[in-house]
Order: sequence, then structure tokens, then C-alpha cells
Amino acid sequence: MIQLTAHELRRLQETGQANAESIARAFLDAVRRHDGQVKAFLHLDEDEVLRQAKAIDAKRAAKQPLGPLAGIPVAIKDVLCVQGQPATCGSKILQNFRPPYDATVVAKLREADAVLFGSTNMDEFAMGSSTENSAYQTTRNPWNLDCVPGGSSGGSAAAVAACEVPLSLGTDTGGSVRQPASLCGIVGMKPTYGRVSRYGLIAYGSSLDQVGPFARDVGDVALLLESIAGHDPRDSTSGPRPSVAYSQTVDQPLKPLTIGVAKEYFAEGLDPEVEKAVRTAIDVYKSLGATIKDVTLPHSRFAVATYYLVATAEASSNLARYDGVHFGHRAADYRGLRDMHCKSRGEGFGTEVKRRIMLGAYALSSGYVDAYYLKALKVRRLIKNDFDQAFADCDVILGPTSPTPAFRVGEKSADPLAMYLSDIYTISANLAGIPGISVPCGFSSSGLPLGLQLLAAPYEEEKLLRVARMYEQATEWRRRRPPLVAKDA
Amino acid sequence: MHVVIGLEVHVQLLTRTKLFCGCSTEFGLPPNTATCPVCCGLPGTLPVMNEHAFQLAMKAALALHCSIARYTKWDRKNYFYPDLPKNYQISQYDLPFSNEGWLDIETSAGPKKVGILRAHLEEDAGKMLHDEAGAGGDSLVDLNRTGTPLLEIVSHPEMETAEQARAYLEKIRELLRGIEVSDCEMQEGSLRCDANVNVHVPQVDGTFVATPIVEIKNLNSIRNVERAIAHEIDRQLNELKENVGKEWRIDESKTSVFGDRKVRRLEFKNKDGAWVPVSKTTAGFDDRFGRTEIQRRKEEASDYRYFPDPDLVPAIVSEEQIARVKGKLGELPEHQLARLRSQYGLSEYDADILVRNGRPFVGFFEAATEVCGDAKEAANWATNDVLSLLKARNETVVEFPITGHKLGEFLAEIKKRKLNKQRAREVFAEMLESGSHAVAAIGKLGIQSVADEGQLLEMVQRAIASNAKAVADFKKGKVKAADAIKGFVMRETKGQADTEVLQRLVLEELAKAP
Ligand SMILES: [Zn+2]
Repeated sequence: MIQLTAHELRRLQETGQANAESIARAFLDAVRRHDGQVKAFLHLDEDEVLRQAKAIDAKRAAKQPLGPLAGIPVAIKDVLCVQGQPATCGSKILQNFRPPYDATVVAKLREADAVLFGSTNMDEFAMGSSTENSAYQTTRNPWNLDCVPGGSSGGSAAAVAACEVPLSLGTDTGGSVRQPASLCGIVGMKPTYGRVSRYGLIAYGSSLDQVGPFARDVGDVALLLESIAGHDPRDSTSGPRPSVAYSQTVDQPLKPLTIGVAKEYFAEGLDPEVEKAVRTAIDVYKSLGATIKDVTLPHSRFAVATYYLVATAEASSNLARYDGVHFGHRAADYRGLRDMHCKSRGEGFGTEVKRRIMLGAYALSSGYVDAYYLKALKVRRLIKNDFDQAFADCDVILGPTSPTPAFRVGEKSADPLAMYLSDIYTISANLAGIPGISVPCGFSSSGLPLGLQLLAAPYEEEKLLRVARMYEQATEWRRRRPPLVAKDA
Repeated sequence: MHVVIGLEVHVQLLTRTKLFCGCSTEFGLPPNTATCPVCCGLPGTLPVMNEHAFQLAMKAALALHCSIARYTKWDRKNYFYPDLPKNYQISQYDLPFSNEGWLDIETSAGPKKVGILRAHLEEDAGKMLHDEAGAGGDSLVDLNRTGTPLLEIVSHPEMETAEQARAYLEKIRELLRGIEVSDCEMQEGSLRCDANVNVHVPQVDGTFVATPIVEIKNLNSIRNVERAIAHEIDRQLNELKENVGKEWRIDESKTSVFGDRKVRRLEFKNKDGAWVPVSKTTAGFDDRFGRTEIQRRKEEASDYRYFPDPDLVPAIVSEEQIARVKGKLGELPEHQLARLRSQYGLSEYDADILVRNGRPFVGFFEAATEVCGDAKEAANWATNDVLSLLKARNETVVEFPITGHKLGEFLAEIKKRKLNKQRAREVFAEMLESGSHAVAAIGKLGIQSVADEGQLLEMVQRAIASNAKAVADFKKGKVKAADAIKGFVMRETKGQADTEVLQRLVLEELAKAP
């Protein structure tokens, strides 16, 4: 049962072959079997999961109307607020924080009758690409336990890949949904900035952060996205448009279809196996009748530098509130206010978070703000213009999600720059605010999954999902399971 | 010597809810009860702009003759302080919603136009409650005030005396109360003032030496603004005399231009032995001793690392929006003052008191006048009895049980019945007590109309006829003897005779008596 999609689990309940409780128990079993190795979950309250599942079953028995995710377990990245449940952001500084309110996406999941299925591990404050920066544990890639699952939403991606849960939510600030989806062989999507409410998402880079769905196929991603999207009066940066029934149209192929291919996305440092898989995917689209067109994104080479100024500048301000006064860890011994601030923050934050706060504060400092932060905003505008021009000529832009398959635990943790480059192909979408999706497109010779990234113009999620679904239907990659799941079955 | 004063005024806007959340802005609630996840800065929360606050701020800016920006944005001002839960304040940095206005003030030296550099919106911080015993106990934080909408109005450094600063503040208070943008209560903190002060001292070569600017923070009354500035001017002149030639020197290498003056700055030797400009500093004001107290001079200016707040979208303001707010602005105080004088023939003094107490108070007066037809009498009652009652009862005119209309009825009634001032006050007190109309109050007090002169005359004549001794005494020059006649009539009328009429009749009749 744990290998089924959300759509299939829904059907089982409708036909009476399973109920929310039996589904929840099956996934709780899977967590018990595998999570000791995978370490995807930070917090999972079994009683609470079963309570929700039984409530859904009671609703069904009483013939009450049920939401589109009725009885489907959804795991949530530990950066999203669930009332009364821990939200640590993978940081010691928020070890004891239990938000008194639900994030808007969480409230929407409840409305859709989903079963909230615990919180997942992440890089501290979503800063990282491997989930090694968690203060609590290192999540492993279910395809190879010596490898990282990617990050920062590594827990959510690994949980879905290991069939511990059918659906999960992550957040994507520079690739934190798409890159781990690619490394874990599942589908992950970053919607348009403003498509999904950020209310209750603990901020890292506020102008870049976006909540995104993970699933094992594109149809399920469409289903989860339609449940969480739409305008939120609590988030003035959320777009005015209501949600769209993506799952109703996702199976319709897009015809005619023009796919843009940017040479900048096949640059130095791209693993040859990844390149080969992506080029093969282009052929698949050709065979489906798509027109392939060269496009150019000349400013994309500045994307990583721009991102690390904008995101860190915002983070330096967003994370200022964790000072031991109102929120988060307070040092046990201190003399005076300043000492309390310094010790609490010094003890509570990890190395990478400190590095980014310092970088961001520096980029905003008087005397440097013009050369760094304000310059970065100008470049960001140019990157956005590149995409506007490219999308005048094509429906979607295709390329690799990550330049390499999953790397080994510890391989890049001593070299922050090498780590930053693993987001080289995903970061531009956040700077431009456009939607992107990663779909499995093959395996490396060592058996690690590879991902294909598709990008579309703002609010073109419907188109993006349909194009991704065409590829998925024409290939069989999504049917493969990691060894530890396959062994199970 | 020239004194240079610029004022930064913060006023709380009269919104029911805070600038970025739905919490109440009511003053004086128990600590931390008017709070929510947003104004507490809880992780994950987002601000949403209060449209009404923006409208009020525009109204104020238009009344200050400022131009309204078509595009304005929100910025974060980053600094660590426990009364600021996010450790940044949402404010406006380089693109405030309004710029360049002015205010006309009046002082003993005559009228003056003071330029306004900008007015912008920002959120207020909370309040720190320190251990009063000074025993080093924990400090507490009250976040009720956090997120209250504040309008910051920054003047050009164009005031030259403490008196002008006072007049400027009084004018701002009158204006903003008049257009109902803020109640401007300094004791409650809904109007706060920081004063930037320095002096330009003439040199023999025709240039001026500028003392370092001192920003006097958190002045809590208009009187203290005036006192603090006066003290600070003296302090700076003394400091200059003491330090020049010792720790300070005048920078002879260059001048800057301030109006028609060429100004030189002061330098001091830093720890590396280089001469560098003496920086601006801040001061507090000690109310008890009337002294400004300089806080430590910092080597560097604070760096607030301003940047656009990514959680809020920029506000685009249309011509129609500005026109709509202008339409709601109504009559500005200066126009109102002129109208009250010409339309009702009021003295400048009376008109000024009415206007100063805000638009509802002027409305109160005008309603009373409309009913009774006697503007002078309505103004008298409004500016004397009603104002002192409002103060004693700690009420606004809107909350006052006697409306302008009721006051008008009352004034018409006492005029008709020729009630004396004392009786009138009794009636007024009864109206206040019972909430009744003038006629009912008069009835309840048992006051009969003894205003009829004929009736009074008849009583006076009867008194004179039956009191030969009093008449005789009066004729001998004992003026006091008339009191016996008046006392008789007062007893007859149970004290309800109009004293002025009675006095006249008694004197006339006594004169006629043989
Ligand atoms: Zn609030």
C-alpha cells in the first residue's frame, strides 16, 4: 500500500478497500522500518496521526463531504508552523518553539482533510543543499544511505522516496524542493512566488521563499498544489488569483509545445551522466511532437552570486528576532543584555547560519550596500528580464535540476562554495519568481537518480504540470523504488 | 549667534487597530493583552498594511502641505532592542509617502513659515518596564504599543528659538487634532518629540563655527521641549568655550553653506592621533533639574542596515486616492479660525480656543449657536464652563452628555427666562446629572418664570410701601438699605428674580419714593 500514489489511496478509500486509519498505520509501519536509517522525520506523534485518521473515517461514515486529500498522509518540513507542534527549523535555537497558530498551507491541508504526518528534517533555517546542516540529525538518501538526500528539504524528499509518506511539503528558496527531489528520484515543484501563501513559513529569504509539494508522480504534485495554492489575505505578497484545479487538466498533453534549451544550463561542472540523461529527455519530447528551440539566459552566470547577497541580506534581518529575549534559546549565564544576545545566538545557531547572517549583514552595511545588496537587486532584475524574453519564444525551458547526482555525506560540508554550486541551475527561478519542477529522468551508473528541470513563466503552473506529465507518461522512471523499499515488497 | 533647531515629531494615528495586524490600539490596557502573533513578531508571521492608517497619514501630510509620492515602499530599520520583538522596525527610508511641506507659526517675533522635510509612516515599538527599585531585577516588556501606527514628521532645521519650537509643536497638535488624525496627548505618548539643536557662533572672518548637533530624545511635554532647548543652547556655548583650543579645534580648511552663512565644523583628535569631525550625539532631558544630559559620543554613526521589506508590497497611490483624501480633509484650522471670526463675530481669543480644541468642539459650538442664535454666549459657555467640565470629567466633547444642540436650547431658555448666572449653572448641572433637556431641568428644580418685569415692579412697590424705615434710611444715604427691599422680593419669588432687573427696579422706585 505504501507504494501507491495519493490518487490511488483516495480510490481505495472510496471503494472501501482501505480507510484513513489503515493507510496511516501502513505508513507509520514504514517509518518504523526505515526511518532509523533514513532519518527523515524530526517529530512524529503517532497518536495524533491516528486521531486525525479516525476523524476522517468518522466523517466518511457519517457521509459528510470530504476534501480532495481525505485520509492522505502529508509530511511537513519543520519550517512550517503547525499549532502546538514543534517547529524547530532544524535549529537548536528553536528547539522548544511551538507556534500558537497554523501556517496557511497547514490550515488548507486540514480543510482538504489531509492527515498531518509529522515534521521532517532540514538544513538549519533552510540554509544548505544536503540536510547536513540540521542541528539534529543527518538525513540519508534512500537510494544510497552513504549519500545525502539534497537539501534543504531533504527530510521531506527522503520520506516520500522511501515510501514513508505519499506526499510532503518542502520550501524552496534557491532550489530546496527541486534539488532534493532530483537527488531522491521523485517529483518536486517550486510554484510561482506568490502562488502559495508564506504565512506561517518561518522566513529565510522572504523575497525568494516558496512552499512546494513533493510526490512520486506529477499527478500527485498537481493534487497537492491545488490544495495549498491561492491568495491569502494574511500574505500581501501572495498573488490575487484563486487556486486552479491542476489535477483536472494535468493529463492533457500540451500541443503545440515549444521547449526552450539554454546553453547556459549545460555549463562546465555538469556531470556527463546528468547531461546525457537530460539530452535523452529532449529526444523524448521530440518524439512527442515538441519543437526544440535554443534560448539564451545571458545573466544566469551571476545567479549564484546574486542569490547569496539577496538571500543572506534578508536572512540577516529575518533571523535577528532569535535573540533569547522573545524567541528561541536563551543562554543560561549572561551578564547584561548584549551578552545575553551574543551567547544565546552563539550557542543557538550553527556555523552555516552564522556565516550567512554575517555575509548578509555585511552586504547591507553602510558603505557596502550599494556595491553588494543594491547591485544584486539590479542583477536580479536582469535575470528576470532574461526569462521574460526567453518565454516569449517557448512554453517551458528544459535543463538539469542539479549538476550532479547525490554526493556522499561529508563530501562537500567543508567546502561551502562547492556546496553553493549544487543549486546553480535552480537558483535563477527563485530570483525571477517563476515556477519550476524537477522530474526523474534516469539513473547514474552507480544507481543514483537523476532529475530533469522544467521552468515556466509566472503563474503557468498548469502548463508546467502538463508538460512534465507528458514526459512522465512516456517513461518508466517513476516506477523504480530505492533498494530498501524494493526489498520490503 | 544663530540657533538652529529641527524637530522630529512622532504622532500616533487614531486608528482602532495597529499598522500591520488587527490588534487594538487602545491606551492603558493590561500589559501584553493587545497582542497577536503578528505584532509579537512570531516566526512565520507576516505584516499586512492597515489601509485606514495610510489614509490618515495622507490626510495629515496634505494638511501639512506636503506632496504625496505616487510610489512608496516599506523598509526595515535593523537594530537590537528588547522592545522591538523582530529586532527591526518597519519604517520608510528613502521613499517616504510624503515630502516637502510647511507649517505657519506665530510667535512674539511675528509669523514664520517652517519647512517640513518629510512625513513617513512607521510602526511603534513596545515599552520596557524596568525594575523601579533599582535592585537589578529583571526588566519586563509590554508589547501592547508594538505596531501602533506612527507618523514621523521631520522639519527642516529652520527654527531659531525655543519659543518657535514650542509654537511649531502647538500648531502641529492643533492641526492634527482639528483634522482628527491624532489626539496628540504627550502624557500618553501619542505625540513625542526629539529636538536637534546646535548653534552657529560668528568668527572674526565672517564665517561661523557650528557646534556639534545634539539630538534631545523623548521630550514628554511642550514645556520641556522649550526648557530643554534653552538649556542645551547654553550648554553648547559653554562647551565650545571650554573645549576650543584644547580638545577641539576649528576646521579651518573648509566651510559648508547653511542658508546665507559659511559654516566651519569642529574637530577632535581620535585615538590614532588624527583630527576628525566631532560627531552628532544624543541627549536626554532631566525634568527635575531642567538639564540636558549628553549620552556618550560614538565614534561611528549607528548603521541601521535599511533595506526594502520583502514582506510588504510597495504602495501605489493614484490621483483619485489623493483627491478623495483631500475631499475628506475638510476645513483646515487656519481657515476655520478666520471663518469663526467673520461668520460669528467672535474675538480672536475665543475663536482660537474653539479651534485649538479640535473640530468636534467647534461643531459643538456651532450647533449651540444655531439653536440659540447667540454666538458670543455660546462661545462663553463652551470655552469656560464646558471646557473645565470636560477636563474635570476627563471626557471628550463627543462623550459629554450635553450636546451642542442641548447647550443651545439651554442658552435660549435661560435668556427667555432671564435666569441669572448662578441659577443657570444649577440648571446646567441638573442637565448634566440627569441627562435631561433645559426645560425639564428647570421644571425639576422648581424654577418659575419670574422674569415678568410688571410682576417684579408690583412686588418692589409693595415692599417699598410696607418698609418706610428702609426708604428713610436710603434717603439719608444708606445705600445698603436697598438690600432690605431686594431681600423682600427675593423671598417673595423664592430667589428666582433676575438680580439685574431687580436692582434696576429697586433703585428706580426708591428714587421715585417721597
Ligand atoms: Zn497584533
